[in-house]
Amino acid sequence: MPPETATLPARRLAPSTRVAITAVIALAVVAGFLLADTHGYADFVVPLRVRRLVALVLVGWAIAMSTVLFQTVTGNRILTPALMGFDALYVLVQTVVVFAFSASLLNGTDPRLQFALETLLMLVFALTLFRWLFSSGRYELHVLILVGMVFATLFRSIAAFLQRLIDPSEFQVLQNLMFASFTTVDEDLVWATAVVVAVATALVVRRLRVYDVLALGAGPATSLGVDHRRETTRVLALVAVLVSVSTALVGPITFFGLLVAHLAYQLAGTHRHAVVLPMAGLSAVICLVGGQFVLERLLEVTTTLSVVIELVGGLTFIALLIHRARRNLA
Amino acid sequence: MTVTASTDLRACVGIDRPGIRAEGVTKRYGRTVVVDDVHLDLPLGGVTALIGPNGAGKSTLLSIVGRLLAADGGRVTVAGLDVATSRSDELAKAMAVLRQENHLDIRLTVRELVTFGRYPHSKGRPTGDDLVHVEKALEYLDLTGLADRFLDQLSGGQRQRAFVAMVLCQDTDVVLLDEPLNNLDLRHAVAMMGRLRDAARELGRTIVVVVHDINVASCYADTIVAMRDGRVAACGSPAQIMQPDLLEDIYGLPVRVHEIDDQLIATYYG
Repeated sequence: MPPETATLPARRLAPSTRVAITAVIALAVVAGFLLADTHGYADFVVPLRVRRLVALVLVGWAIAMSTVLFQTVTGNRILTPALMGFDALYVLVQTVVVFAFSASLLNGTDPRLQFALETLLMLVFALTLFRWLFSSGRYELHVLILVGMVFATLFRSIAAFLQRLIDPSEFQVLQNLMFASFTTVDEDLVWATAVVVAVATALVVRRLRVYDVLALGAGPATSLGVDHRRETTRVLALVAVLVSVSTALVGPITFFGLLVAHLAYQLAGTHRHAVVLPMAGLSAVICLVGGQFVLERLLEVTTTLSVVIELVGGLTFIALLIHRARRNLA
Repeated sequence: MTVTASTDLRACVGIDRPGIRAEGVTKRYGRTVVVDDVHLDLPLGGVTALIGPNGAGKSTLLSIVGRLLAADGGRVTVAGLDVATSRSDELAKAMAVLRQENHLDIRLTVRELVTFGRYPHSKGRPTGDDLVHVEKALEYLDLTGLADRFLDQLSGGQRQRAFVAMVLCQDTDVVLLDEPLNNLDLRHAVAMMGRLRDAARELGRTIVVVVHDINVASCYADTIVAMRDGRVAACGSPAQIMQPDLLEDIYGLPVRVHEIDDQLIATYYG
Protein backbone atom coordinates (compact mmCIF):
# COMPACT_ATOMS: atom_id res chain seq x y z
CA MET A 1 0.00 0.00 0.00
CA PRO A 2 1.33 3.52 -0.76
CA PRO A 3 2.35 5.56 2.28
CA GLU A 4 -0.08 8.36 2.95
CA THR A 5 2.09 11.37 2.40
CA ALA A 6 -0.83 13.74 2.85
CA THR A 7 -1.18 12.91 6.53
CA LEU A 8 2.49 13.07 7.39
CA PRO A 9 3.03 16.85 7.57
CA ALA A 10 -0.21 17.15 9.52
CA ARG A 11 1.16 14.94 12.28
CA ARG A 12 4.09 17.15 13.16
CA LEU A 13 2.32 19.50 15.56
CA ALA A 14 1.46 18.11 18.97
CA PRO A 15 -2.32 17.74 19.53
CA SER A 16 -2.27 20.23 22.43
CA THR A 17 -0.62 22.84 20.20
CA ARG A 18 -3.28 22.28 17.57
CA VAL A 19 -6.07 22.81 20.07
CA ALA A 20 -4.34 25.94 21.32
CA ILE A 21 -4.02 27.38 17.81
CA THR A 22 -7.67 26.61 17.05
CA ALA A 23 -8.69 28.21 20.35
CA VAL A 24 -6.80 31.38 19.46
CA ILE A 25 -8.50 31.55 16.07
CA ALA A 26 -11.88 30.99 17.75
CA LEU A 27 -11.17 33.80 20.21
CA ALA A 28 -10.15 36.12 17.38
CA VAL A 29 -13.39 35.34 15.54
CA VAL A 30 -15.40 35.93 18.71
CA ALA A 31 -13.64 39.25 19.30
CA GLY A 32 -14.28 40.28 15.69
CA PHE A 33 -17.95 39.37 16.01
CA LEU A 34 -18.35 41.42 19.19
CA LEU A 35 -16.25 44.47 18.46
CA ALA A 36 -16.20 45.13 14.71
CA ASP A 37 -18.27 47.95 13.21
CA THR A 38 -19.73 49.27 16.42
CA HIS A 39 -19.80 52.80 14.89
CA GLY A 40 -19.03 54.30 18.29
CA TYR A 41 -22.06 52.72 19.99
CA ALA A 42 -20.05 49.93 21.60
CA ASP A 43 -21.77 50.04 25.00
CA PHE A 44 -25.11 49.64 23.28
CA VAL A 45 -24.19 47.18 20.52
CA VAL A 46 -21.83 44.82 22.34
CA PRO A 47 -24.28 43.57 25.02
CA LEU A 48 -26.80 42.86 22.27
CA ARG A 49 -24.23 40.89 20.38
CA VAL A 50 -23.12 38.98 23.48
CA ARG A 51 -26.48 37.25 23.77
CA ARG A 52 -26.39 36.11 20.16
CA LEU A 53 -22.78 35.11 20.50
CA VAL A 54 -23.55 32.93 23.51
CA ALA A 55 -26.35 31.27 21.57
CA LEU A 56 -24.10 30.57 18.59
CA VAL A 57 -21.32 29.19 20.78
CA LEU A 58 -23.74 26.95 22.70
CA VAL A 59 -25.35 25.60 19.56
CA GLY A 60 -22.01 24.98 17.89
CA TRP A 61 -20.60 23.26 20.94
CA ALA A 62 -23.72 21.13 21.46
CA ILE A 63 -23.89 20.00 17.84
CA ALA A 64 -20.16 19.29 17.64
CA MET A 65 -20.09 17.28 20.85
CA SER A 66 -23.26 15.35 20.08
CA THR A 67 -22.08 14.45 16.58
CA VAL A 68 -18.63 13.23 17.63
CA LEU A 69 -20.05 11.18 20.52
CA PHE A 70 -22.78 9.73 18.34
CA GLN A 71 -20.20 8.68 15.74
CA THR A 72 -18.08 7.14 18.47
CA VAL A 73 -20.81 4.93 19.88
CA THR A 74 -22.17 3.94 16.48
CA GLY A 75 -18.65 3.14 15.24
CA ASN A 76 -19.36 5.09 12.15
CA ARG A 77 -18.16 8.41 10.84
CA ILE A 78 -20.87 9.19 8.34
CA LEU A 79 -23.96 8.94 10.51
CA THR A 80 -24.93 11.96 12.58
CA PRO A 81 -27.83 12.53 14.95
CA ALA A 82 -29.33 14.91 12.41
CA LEU A 83 -29.05 12.39 9.57
CA MET A 84 -30.77 9.82 11.77
CA GLY A 85 -33.74 12.13 12.22
CA PHE A 86 -32.98 13.33 15.76
CA ASP A 87 -33.90 16.94 15.09
CA ALA A 88 -36.88 15.98 12.95
CA LEU A 89 -38.02 14.07 16.02
CA TYR A 90 -37.69 17.23 18.07
CA VAL A 91 -39.85 19.20 15.64
CA LEU A 92 -42.40 16.38 15.82
CA VAL A 93 -42.41 16.47 19.61
CA GLN A 94 -42.95 20.23 19.50
CA THR A 95 -45.78 19.83 17.04
CA VAL A 96 -47.48 17.12 19.05
CA VAL A 97 -47.28 19.27 22.15
CA VAL A 98 -48.87 22.23 20.37
CA PHE A 99 -51.46 19.94 18.77
CA ALA A 100 -52.39 18.25 22.02
CA PHE A 101 -52.29 21.18 24.42
CA SER A 102 -52.83 24.22 22.16
CA ALA A 103 -50.40 27.05 21.76
CA SER A 104 -52.16 29.31 24.23
CA LEU A 105 -51.40 26.86 27.00
CA LEU A 106 -47.81 26.75 25.81
CA ASN A 107 -47.52 30.50 25.80
CA GLY A 108 -48.94 30.55 29.31
CA THR A 109 -46.35 28.20 30.80
CA ASP A 110 -42.79 29.02 31.70
CA PRO A 111 -40.74 28.44 28.53
CA ARG A 112 -38.04 26.75 30.58
CA LEU A 113 -40.50 24.27 32.07
CA GLN A 114 -41.92 23.63 28.63
CA PHE A 115 -38.40 23.20 27.28
CA ALA A 116 -37.54 20.74 30.06
CA LEU A 117 -40.64 18.67 29.41
CA GLU A 118 -40.03 18.57 25.68
CA THR A 119 -36.43 17.55 26.21
CA LEU A 120 -37.55 14.79 28.53
CA LEU A 121 -40.05 13.53 25.99
CA MET A 122 -37.38 13.66 23.31
CA LEU A 123 -35.02 11.71 25.57
CA VAL A 124 -37.50 8.89 26.03
CA PHE A 125 -38.29 8.69 22.32
CA ALA A 126 -34.70 8.90 21.17
CA LEU A 127 -33.47 6.28 23.62
CA THR A 128 -36.21 3.84 22.69
CA LEU A 129 -35.60 4.33 19.00
CA PHE A 130 -31.82 4.14 19.04
CA ARG A 131 -31.60 1.34 21.57
CA TRP A 132 -33.79 -0.67 19.27
CA LEU A 133 -31.83 0.34 16.19
CA PHE A 134 -28.35 -0.28 17.56
CA SER A 135 -28.93 -3.10 20.03
CA SER A 136 -28.79 -5.94 17.53
CA GLY A 137 -25.20 -5.41 16.51
CA ARG A 138 -23.86 -3.41 13.62
CA TYR A 139 -25.92 -2.79 10.57
CA GLU A 140 -24.61 -2.05 7.15
CA LEU A 141 -23.99 1.66 6.83
CA HIS A 142 -26.30 2.19 3.90
CA VAL A 143 -29.11 0.40 5.73
CA LEU A 144 -28.71 2.75 8.69
CA ILE A 145 -28.63 5.83 6.48
CA LEU A 146 -31.77 4.66 4.72
CA VAL A 147 -33.47 3.91 8.03
CA GLY A 148 -32.47 7.36 9.26
CA MET A 149 -33.79 9.06 6.15
CA VAL A 150 -37.03 7.10 6.39
CA PHE A 151 -37.45 8.02 10.05
CA ALA A 152 -36.59 11.67 9.43
CA THR A 153 -39.13 11.79 6.59
CA LEU A 154 -41.71 9.99 8.68
CA PHE A 155 -41.25 12.41 11.59
CA ARG A 156 -41.43 15.42 9.28
CA SER A 157 -44.51 14.06 7.49
CA ILE A 158 -46.39 13.38 10.72
CA ALA A 159 -45.39 16.81 11.97
CA ALA A 160 -46.51 18.42 8.70
CA PHE A 161 -49.82 16.55 8.87
CA LEU A 162 -50.49 17.69 12.42
CA GLN A 163 -49.48 21.22 11.50
CA ARG A 164 -52.23 21.27 8.88
CA LEU A 165 -54.79 20.35 11.52
CA ILE A 166 -53.61 23.03 13.90
CA ASP A 167 -55.30 26.38 14.14
CA PRO A 168 -53.43 28.87 11.88
CA SER A 169 -52.62 31.17 14.77
CA GLU A 170 -51.16 28.31 16.74
CA PHE A 171 -49.22 27.27 13.70
CA GLN A 172 -47.47 30.63 13.91
CA VAL A 173 -45.97 29.57 17.23
CA LEU A 174 -44.53 26.50 15.64
CA GLN A 175 -43.27 28.04 12.47
CA ASN A 176 -40.04 29.52 13.73
CA LEU A 177 -39.09 26.10 15.06
CA MET A 178 -39.10 24.58 11.62
CA PHE A 179 -36.34 26.57 9.97
CA ALA A 180 -32.86 27.10 11.25
CA SER A 181 -32.26 30.71 12.11
CA PHE A 182 -29.24 32.21 13.77
CA THR A 183 -30.59 35.73 13.84
CA THR A 184 -33.65 35.32 16.02
CA VAL A 185 -32.77 33.57 19.23
CA ASP A 186 -35.05 33.16 22.22
CA GLU A 187 -33.40 34.93 25.12
CA ASP A 188 -35.02 32.88 27.90
CA LEU A 189 -33.74 29.71 26.36
CA VAL A 190 -30.15 30.84 26.01
CA TRP A 191 -29.40 30.65 29.70
CA ALA A 192 -31.28 27.40 30.23
CA THR A 193 -29.32 25.96 27.33
CA ALA A 194 -26.08 27.23 28.81
CA VAL A 195 -26.75 25.27 31.98
CA VAL A 196 -27.65 22.09 30.09
CA VAL A 197 -24.62 22.29 27.81
CA ALA A 198 -22.30 23.00 30.75
CA VAL A 199 -23.60 20.00 32.69
CA ALA A 200 -23.35 17.78 29.62
CA THR A 201 -19.79 18.93 28.99
CA ALA A 202 -18.81 18.24 32.60
CA LEU A 203 -20.24 14.71 32.34
CA VAL A 204 -18.38 14.12 29.09
CA VAL A 205 -15.05 15.40 30.42
CA ARG A 206 -15.10 12.79 33.18
CA ARG A 207 -15.45 9.96 30.66
CA LEU A 208 -13.16 11.02 27.82
CA ARG A 209 -10.99 7.93 28.13
CA VAL A 210 -13.99 5.64 28.24
CA TYR A 211 -15.11 7.14 24.92
CA ASP A 212 -11.69 6.41 23.43
CA VAL A 213 -12.29 2.74 24.25
CA LEU A 214 -15.92 2.80 23.06
CA ALA A 215 -14.68 3.87 19.62
CA LEU A 216 -13.01 0.46 19.25
CA GLY A 217 -16.46 -1.13 18.98
CA ALA A 218 -18.58 -3.34 21.22
CA GLY A 219 -16.32 -6.41 21.24
CA PRO A 220 -12.95 -4.84 22.10
CA ALA A 221 -14.55 -2.32 24.48
CA THR A 222 -16.23 -5.13 26.43
CA SER A 223 -13.03 -7.15 26.50
CA LEU A 224 -11.28 -4.10 27.97
CA GLY A 225 -13.86 -3.93 30.74
CA VAL A 226 -16.08 -1.07 29.56
CA ASP A 227 -19.77 -1.76 30.06
CA HIS A 228 -20.61 -1.08 26.43
CA ARG A 229 -24.38 -1.15 26.73
CA ARG A 230 -24.52 1.19 29.71
CA GLU A 231 -22.02 3.66 28.28
CA THR A 232 -23.72 3.68 24.89
CA THR A 233 -27.09 4.35 26.48
CA ARG A 234 -25.62 7.23 28.47
CA VAL A 235 -24.05 8.74 25.39
CA LEU A 236 -27.26 8.43 23.37
CA ALA A 237 -29.13 10.13 26.22
CA LEU A 238 -26.59 12.96 26.25
CA VAL A 239 -26.85 13.27 22.48
CA ALA A 240 -30.64 13.42 22.67
CA VAL A 241 -30.47 16.23 25.21
CA LEU A 242 -27.83 18.18 23.28
CA VAL A 243 -29.76 17.90 20.02
CA SER A 244 -32.91 19.02 21.81
CA VAL A 245 -31.30 22.14 23.17
CA SER A 246 -29.58 23.12 19.95
CA THR A 247 -32.73 22.50 17.92
CA ALA A 248 -34.81 24.42 20.42
CA LEU A 249 -32.45 27.36 20.14
CA VAL A 250 -31.98 27.72 16.38
CA GLY A 251 -33.93 24.96 14.62
CA PRO A 252 -32.75 21.91 12.71
CA ILE A 253 -29.48 21.96 10.76
CA THR A 254 -28.73 18.68 9.05
CA PHE A 255 -25.13 18.67 7.89
CA PHE A 256 -23.37 21.03 10.26
CA GLY A 257 -22.41 18.34 12.78
CA LEU A 258 -20.90 16.18 10.06
CA LEU A 259 -18.88 19.13 8.78
CA VAL A 260 -17.32 20.10 12.12
CA ALA A 261 -16.76 16.52 13.26
CA HIS A 262 -14.73 15.77 10.15
CA LEU A 263 -12.87 19.06 10.43
CA ALA A 264 -11.94 17.99 13.94
CA TYR A 265 -10.85 14.47 12.89
CA GLN A 266 -8.59 15.99 10.25
CA LEU A 267 -7.17 18.72 12.47
CA ALA A 268 -6.78 16.75 15.70
CA GLY A 269 -4.19 14.28 14.41
CA THR A 270 -5.18 11.79 17.11
CA HIS A 271 -8.15 9.60 17.97
CA ARG A 272 -8.29 10.83 21.58
CA HIS A 273 -11.55 12.45 22.58
CA ALA A 274 -9.66 14.78 24.90
CA VAL A 275 -8.41 16.45 21.69
CA VAL A 276 -11.11 15.66 19.14
CA LEU A 277 -14.03 17.00 21.21
CA PRO A 278 -12.59 20.46 21.98
CA MET A 279 -11.34 20.62 18.41
CA ALA A 280 -14.84 19.91 17.09
CA GLY A 281 -16.38 22.43 19.49
CA LEU A 282 -13.90 25.14 18.53
CA SER A 283 -14.30 24.43 14.81
CA ALA A 284 -18.05 24.77 15.26
CA VAL A 285 -17.62 28.12 17.01
CA ILE A 286 -15.32 29.35 14.25
CA CYS A 287 -17.75 28.22 11.53
CA LEU A 288 -20.89 29.63 13.16
CA VAL A 289 -19.58 32.87 14.63
CA GLY A 290 -17.13 33.45 11.79
CA GLY A 291 -19.78 32.60 9.20
CA GLN A 292 -22.30 34.93 10.78
CA PHE A 293 -19.67 37.68 11.00
CA VAL A 294 -18.65 37.33 7.37
CA LEU A 295 -22.22 37.25 6.11
CA GLU A 296 -23.49 40.13 8.22
CA ARG A 297 -20.58 42.54 8.27
CA LEU A 298 -18.62 41.77 5.14
CA LEU A 299 -21.28 40.59 2.70
CA GLU A 300 -24.14 42.38 4.45
CA VAL A 301 -26.75 39.67 4.03
CA THR A 302 -28.68 38.48 7.06
CA THR A 303 -30.47 35.15 7.11
CA THR A 304 -28.53 32.78 4.91
CA LEU A 305 -25.89 31.27 7.21
CA SER A 306 -27.84 28.04 7.62
CA VAL A 307 -28.07 27.73 3.85
CA VAL A 308 -24.32 28.17 3.44
CA ILE A 309 -23.62 25.65 6.21
CA GLU A 310 -25.99 23.12 4.74
CA LEU A 311 -24.41 23.53 1.33
CA VAL A 312 -20.84 23.03 2.57
CA GLY A 313 -21.88 20.26 4.97
CA GLY A 314 -23.93 18.52 2.31
CA LEU A 315 -20.98 18.57 -0.07
CA THR A 316 -18.80 17.08 2.69
CA PHE A 317 -21.35 14.33 3.17
CA ILE A 318 -21.36 13.47 -0.53
CA ALA A 319 -17.55 13.59 -0.66
CA LEU A 320 -17.34 11.21 2.31
CA LEU A 321 -19.77 8.78 0.72
CA ILE A 322 -17.86 8.79 -2.57
CA HIS A 323 -14.52 8.43 -0.78
CA ARG A 324 -15.82 5.46 1.19
CA ALA A 325 -17.35 3.81 -1.87
CA ARG A 326 -13.99 4.12 -3.65
CA ARG A 327 -12.14 2.71 -0.66
CA ASN A 328 -14.51 -0.26 -0.51
CA LEU A 329 -14.04 -0.92 -4.21
CA ALA A 330 -10.25 -0.72 -4.00
CA MET B 1 -24.27 -39.89 20.35
CA THR B 2 -21.90 -42.34 18.76
CA VAL B 3 -18.77 -40.23 18.90
CA THR B 4 -18.79 -39.83 22.64
CA ALA B 5 -18.37 -43.56 23.10
CA SER B 6 -14.83 -43.49 21.79
CA THR B 7 -13.61 -40.63 24.01
CA ASP B 8 -13.76 -39.77 27.63
CA LEU B 9 -16.09 -36.79 27.92
CA ARG B 10 -15.51 -36.83 31.65
CA ALA B 11 -12.09 -35.37 30.89
CA CYS B 12 -13.85 -32.06 30.40
CA VAL B 13 -16.45 -32.08 33.16
CA GLY B 14 -15.99 -31.92 36.88
CA ILE B 15 -12.36 -30.75 37.01
CA ASP B 16 -11.13 -29.29 40.30
CA ARG B 17 -10.61 -25.52 40.10
CA PRO B 18 -11.22 -25.19 36.35
CA GLY B 19 -10.01 -22.08 34.50
CA ILE B 20 -13.29 -21.92 32.67
CA ARG B 21 -16.52 -23.69 33.56
CA ALA B 22 -19.66 -23.75 31.43
CA GLU B 23 -22.80 -25.24 32.95
CA GLY B 24 -25.78 -25.88 30.70
CA VAL B 25 -24.96 -22.97 28.39
CA THR B 26 -27.63 -22.50 25.75
CA LYS B 27 -28.08 -19.91 23.01
CA ARG B 28 -30.96 -19.70 20.57
CA TYR B 29 -31.67 -17.44 17.62
CA GLY B 30 -35.41 -17.73 17.14
CA ARG B 31 -36.01 -21.46 17.00
CA THR B 32 -32.48 -22.34 15.97
CA VAL B 33 -30.44 -23.61 18.88
CA VAL B 34 -26.84 -22.57 18.26
CA VAL B 35 -25.33 -23.70 21.54
CA ASP B 36 -27.23 -26.55 23.14
CA ASP B 37 -26.87 -27.20 26.87
CA VAL B 38 -23.06 -27.25 26.90
CA HIS B 39 -21.30 -28.49 30.03
CA LEU B 40 -17.57 -27.96 29.81
CA ASP B 41 -14.64 -27.52 32.19
CA LEU B 42 -11.33 -26.29 30.85
CA PRO B 43 -8.22 -26.72 32.96
CA LEU B 44 -6.28 -23.79 34.36
CA GLY B 45 -3.25 -23.23 32.16
CA GLY B 46 -2.67 -24.63 28.69
CA VAL B 47 -3.94 -24.18 25.17
CA THR B 48 -7.42 -25.43 24.34
CA ALA B 49 -8.50 -25.61 20.70
CA LEU B 50 -12.18 -25.45 19.79
CA ILE B 51 -12.73 -27.29 16.52
CA GLY B 52 -15.74 -28.35 14.50
CA PRO B 53 -17.54 -27.66 11.23
CA ASN B 54 -19.12 -24.30 10.32
CA GLY B 55 -22.16 -23.58 12.43
CA ALA B 56 -21.10 -25.94 15.21
CA GLY B 57 -21.38 -23.12 17.74
CA LYS B 58 -17.67 -22.62 18.45
CA SER B 59 -17.60 -18.86 18.01
CA THR B 60 -20.91 -18.42 19.79
CA LEU B 61 -19.67 -20.41 22.78
CA LEU B 62 -16.45 -18.41 22.84
CA SER B 63 -18.40 -15.13 22.71
CA ILE B 64 -20.62 -16.27 25.60
CA VAL B 65 -17.60 -17.24 27.71
CA GLY B 66 -16.06 -13.86 26.86
CA ARG B 67 -19.33 -12.07 27.90
CA LEU B 68 -19.61 -10.54 24.44
CA LEU B 69 -22.90 -12.36 24.02
CA ALA B 70 -25.52 -13.15 26.65
CA ALA B 71 -26.53 -16.80 26.96
CA ASP B 72 -30.21 -17.74 27.02
CA GLY B 73 -29.56 -20.30 29.70
CA GLY B 74 -26.80 -21.70 31.86
CA ARG B 75 -23.86 -20.16 33.62
CA VAL B 76 -20.22 -19.47 32.78
CA THR B 77 -17.51 -18.86 35.33
CA VAL B 78 -14.02 -17.72 34.45
CA ALA B 79 -11.42 -17.96 37.21
CA GLY B 80 -14.32 -18.22 39.65
CA LEU B 81 -16.10 -15.10 38.36
CA ASP B 82 -19.59 -15.45 36.90
CA VAL B 83 -19.28 -13.65 33.55
CA ALA B 84 -22.92 -12.58 33.46
CA THR B 85 -22.97 -10.90 36.87
CA SER B 86 -19.39 -9.85 37.64
CA ARG B 87 -18.25 -6.30 37.02
CA SER B 88 -16.94 -5.94 33.48
CA ASP B 89 -13.84 -4.04 34.62
CA GLU B 90 -12.97 -6.79 37.12
CA LEU B 91 -13.40 -9.44 34.42
CA ALA B 92 -11.16 -7.46 32.09
CA LYS B 93 -8.26 -8.05 34.46
CA ALA B 94 -8.88 -11.81 34.39
CA MET B 95 -9.93 -12.42 30.79
CA ALA B 96 -9.26 -10.93 27.36
CA VAL B 97 -11.27 -11.86 24.30
CA LEU B 98 -10.88 -11.20 20.59
CA ARG B 99 -13.58 -11.85 18.04
CA GLN B 100 -13.08 -12.51 14.35
CA GLU B 101 -14.07 -9.36 12.55
CA ASN B 102 -12.42 -6.23 13.85
CA HIS B 103 -13.33 -3.28 11.73
CA LEU B 104 -12.31 0.18 12.93
CA ASP B 105 -13.58 3.47 11.59
CA ILE B 106 -11.00 5.46 13.52
CA ARG B 107 -7.39 5.95 12.51
CA LEU B 108 -5.03 4.34 14.99
CA THR B 109 -1.40 3.37 14.86
CA VAL B 110 -0.44 -0.16 15.85
CA ARG B 111 1.13 1.12 19.06
CA GLU B 112 -1.97 3.13 19.98
CA LEU B 113 -4.12 0.03 19.48
CA VAL B 114 -1.85 -2.19 21.54
CA THR B 115 -1.73 0.43 24.30
CA PHE B 116 -5.50 0.05 24.66
CA GLY B 117 -4.72 -3.42 26.02
CA ARG B 118 -3.50 -1.71 29.19
CA TYR B 119 -6.82 0.08 29.73
CA PRO B 120 -8.14 -2.35 32.38
CA HIS B 121 -5.04 -1.64 34.47
CA SER B 122 -4.38 2.04 33.89
CA LYS B 123 -7.79 3.34 32.73
CA GLY B 124 -6.31 5.23 29.81
CA ARG B 125 -3.36 6.81 31.65
CA PRO B 126 -0.55 4.39 30.77
CA THR B 127 2.35 4.30 33.21
CA GLY B 128 5.95 3.44 32.40
CA ASP B 129 5.20 -0.14 33.38
CA ASP B 130 2.30 -0.23 30.94
CA LEU B 131 4.50 1.04 28.12
CA VAL B 132 7.01 -1.74 28.84
CA HIS B 133 4.16 -4.23 28.43
CA VAL B 134 3.20 -2.58 25.15
CA GLU B 135 6.71 -2.81 23.72
CA LYS B 136 6.93 -6.43 24.84
CA ALA B 137 3.65 -7.33 23.16
CA LEU B 138 4.74 -5.57 19.95
CA GLU B 139 7.98 -7.49 19.95
CA TYR B 140 6.19 -10.74 20.80
CA LEU B 141 4.13 -10.52 17.62
CA ASP B 142 6.90 -9.22 15.40
CA LEU B 143 5.30 -5.77 15.11
CA THR B 144 8.08 -3.50 16.36
CA GLY B 145 8.90 -2.31 12.84
CA LEU B 146 5.24 -1.55 12.16
CA ALA B 147 4.46 0.09 15.50
CA ASP B 148 3.96 3.60 14.13
CA ARG B 149 2.06 2.60 11.01
CA PHE B 150 -1.65 3.22 10.82
CA LEU B 151 -3.84 0.12 10.91
CA ASP B 152 -5.46 1.00 7.58
CA GLN B 153 -2.02 0.91 5.96
CA LEU B 154 -1.46 -2.71 6.99
CA SER B 155 -2.35 -6.01 5.37
CA GLY B 156 -5.07 -8.18 6.87
CA GLY B 157 -2.55 -10.47 8.55
CA GLN B 158 -0.56 -7.60 10.06
CA ARG B 159 -3.73 -6.06 11.39
CA GLN B 160 -4.76 -9.40 12.87
CA ARG B 161 -1.43 -9.61 14.70
CA ALA B 162 -1.90 -6.08 16.03
CA PHE B 163 -5.25 -7.04 17.56
CA VAL B 164 -3.78 -10.18 19.08
CA ALA B 165 -0.95 -8.06 20.51
CA MET B 166 -3.54 -5.79 22.14
CA VAL B 167 -5.26 -8.78 23.71
CA LEU B 168 -2.01 -10.27 25.01
CA CYS B 169 -0.98 -6.86 26.32
CA GLN B 170 -4.03 -7.00 28.55
CA ASP B 171 -1.97 -9.50 30.53
CA THR B 172 -4.84 -11.71 31.71
CA ASP B 173 -4.81 -15.30 32.95
CA VAL B 174 -7.48 -16.28 30.45
CA VAL B 175 -7.25 -15.37 26.75
CA LEU B 176 -9.98 -16.24 24.24
CA LEU B 177 -9.22 -15.90 20.53
CA ASP B 178 -11.64 -16.54 17.70
CA GLU B 179 -9.66 -17.74 14.67
CA PRO B 180 -6.47 -15.82 15.43
CA LEU B 181 -4.81 -17.41 12.40
CA ASN B 182 -7.15 -15.69 9.92
CA ASN B 183 -5.20 -14.02 7.13
CA LEU B 184 -1.86 -15.11 8.52
CA ASP B 185 0.81 -16.60 6.27
CA LEU B 186 2.46 -19.89 7.26
CA ARG B 187 5.38 -18.29 9.06
CA HIS B 188 3.24 -15.97 11.16
CA ALA B 189 0.62 -18.64 11.84
CA VAL B 190 3.27 -20.98 13.19
CA ALA B 191 4.88 -18.15 15.15
CA MET B 192 1.53 -17.11 16.62
CA MET B 193 0.66 -20.63 17.80
CA GLY B 194 4.17 -21.04 19.19
CA ARG B 195 3.81 -17.77 21.13
CA LEU B 196 0.44 -18.81 22.50
CA ARG B 197 1.81 -22.19 23.59
CA ASP B 198 4.78 -20.45 25.25
CA ALA B 199 2.46 -18.08 27.07
CA ALA B 200 0.45 -21.05 28.32
CA ARG B 201 3.46 -23.10 29.43
CA GLU B 202 5.76 -20.40 30.77
CA LEU B 203 3.24 -17.93 32.17
CA GLY B 204 0.53 -20.43 33.08
CA ARG B 205 -2.07 -18.73 30.88
CA THR B 206 -5.33 -20.41 29.94
CA ILE B 207 -5.69 -19.88 26.21
CA VAL B 208 -8.72 -20.89 24.19
CA VAL B 209 -8.57 -20.61 20.40
CA VAL B 210 -11.10 -21.41 17.72
CA VAL B 211 -9.18 -22.92 14.81
CA HIS B 212 -10.25 -24.38 11.51
CA ASP B 213 -7.13 -26.40 10.78
CA ILE B 214 -7.35 -29.56 12.87
CA ASN B 215 -3.63 -30.13 12.39
CA VAL B 216 -2.90 -26.84 14.16
CA ALA B 217 -5.07 -28.06 17.01
CA SER B 218 -3.29 -31.41 17.00
CA CYS B 219 0.21 -29.92 17.11
CA TYR B 220 -0.26 -26.97 19.46
CA ALA B 221 -3.19 -27.65 21.77
CA ASP B 222 -3.07 -29.44 25.11
CA THR B 223 -6.80 -30.04 25.00
CA ILE B 224 -9.10 -30.25 21.99
CA VAL B 225 -12.83 -29.65 22.27
CA ALA B 226 -14.72 -30.83 19.21
CA MET B 227 -18.16 -29.35 18.67
CA ARG B 228 -20.99 -30.31 16.37
CA ASP B 229 -24.57 -29.02 16.19
CA GLY B 230 -24.11 -26.81 19.21
CA ARG B 231 -22.92 -29.60 21.48
CA VAL B 232 -19.56 -30.81 22.69
CA ALA B 233 -19.10 -33.95 20.62
CA ALA B 234 -15.75 -34.93 22.07
CA CYS B 235 -13.11 -33.57 24.34
CA GLY B 236 -9.65 -34.74 25.26
CA SER B 237 -5.96 -34.64 24.46
CA PRO B 238 -4.88 -34.42 20.79
CA ALA B 239 -4.11 -38.16 20.84
CA GLN B 240 -7.66 -38.88 22.00
CA ILE B 241 -9.31 -36.61 19.46
CA MET B 242 -7.16 -37.27 16.41
CA GLN B 243 -9.01 -40.49 15.61
CA PRO B 244 -10.21 -41.12 12.04
CA ASP B 245 -13.72 -42.30 13.03
CA LEU B 246 -14.24 -39.48 15.43
CA LEU B 247 -13.08 -36.75 13.03
CA GLU B 248 -15.10 -38.29 10.24
CA ASP B 249 -18.17 -38.21 12.42
CA ILE B 250 -17.62 -34.58 13.36
CA TYR B 251 -16.78 -33.19 9.93
CA GLY B 252 -18.81 -35.60 7.80
CA LEU B 253 -16.01 -36.52 5.44
CA PRO B 254 -13.41 -39.30 5.37
CA VAL B 255 -10.31 -38.39 7.38
CA ARG B 256 -7.05 -40.31 7.66
CA VAL B 257 -4.64 -39.69 10.54
CA HIS B 258 -0.90 -40.22 10.11
CA GLU B 259 1.92 -40.01 12.57
CA ILE B 260 4.62 -37.88 11.00
CA ASP B 261 7.67 -36.79 13.03
CA ASP B 262 5.82 -37.53 16.29
CA GLN B 263 2.91 -35.36 15.20
CA LEU B 264 -0.59 -36.59 14.45
CA ILE B 265 -1.52 -35.16 11.07
CA ALA B 266 -4.93 -35.58 9.50
CA THR B 267 -5.34 -35.68 5.75
CA TYR B 268 -8.71 -35.28 4.18
CA TYR B 269 -8.22 -34.14 0.59
CA GLY B 270 -10.09 -36.26 -1.93
